Amino acid sequence: MAAQPQQRPLAPHLQIYRPQITSVLSILHRATGAFLAVVLVLLVWWLVALAAGPEAFETAHGFMGSWLGGLVLLGATFAFWYHFAAGIRHLAWDLGYGYDIGTVYKTGYAVIGISIGLTLLTYLFALLGAGGEG
Amino acid sequence: MSYRTDLGRVRGLGSAKGGVHDWWMARLTSVALVPLGLWFVIAMVGLIGAPYAEVAAWLRSPLNATLMVLFLGTTFYHTKLGIQVIVEDYVHEETAKIVSLAVLNMACVALAVASIIAVLKVAVGG
Repeated sequence: MAAQPQQRPLAPHLQIYRPQITSVLSILHRATGAFLAVVLVLLVWWLVALAAGPEAFETAHGFMGSWLGGLVLLGATFAFWYHFAAGIRHLAWDLGYGYDIGTVYKTGYAVIGISIGLTLLTYLFALLGAGGEG
Repeated sequence: MSYRTDLGRVRGLGSAKGGVHDWWMARLTSVALVPLGLWFVIAMVGLIGAPYAEVAAWLRSPLNATLMVLFLGTTFYHTKLGIQVIVEDYVHEETAKIVSLAVLNMACVALAVASIIAVLKVAVGG
């Protein structure tokens, strides 16, 4: 056997391709899932702090109310709605629907629009609720 | 022709011996998370800015506590399966793969247990 491994052609990988809505949305589904997994730690903190008492709860709330916490929660809100909408699109694919390229593009843009729309709607309700309670 | 035996085909476990259980559970948990996730986001928006006593009272409601435990259990199961797929896709070195899978799976279970016990403490512990 030769010492050098034979140079066989390699299948083109991600970085070779021009970004397309299909690939970008697929990557975004995984990225939002990974981000939500990290943000889950905040939910655990919030619940454990609630169980620990008012002082710990105030500390957790203090972080959520800070600019960094607010930024993370904004990201989490979008990530949640994106993963939610794209997940339903995936379930439709699992059932065998929506595979022709025209439909894939249409549902892809719909997922982007719906996830941005639901993020805005969530913040609208959040602001209305905060305003209502004075 | 296929070399698979009838019994093997019926069991449907394939060469990995695990069959499609993880794949199927990822789908089941995602379907369950459609209503549970909607409930969670609506509930969280409703609790924005609420003081400690109000949030604790909210979680003491048996319905809210039940839904929160279901949401946490389903979410952490779904998260465990998702993390597992990512690790299996990107970590190729066998030792690193086994160790990272074990650590991340244990972290999911530990966080699930901690958060569910926290909910129960508030809901039941008074």
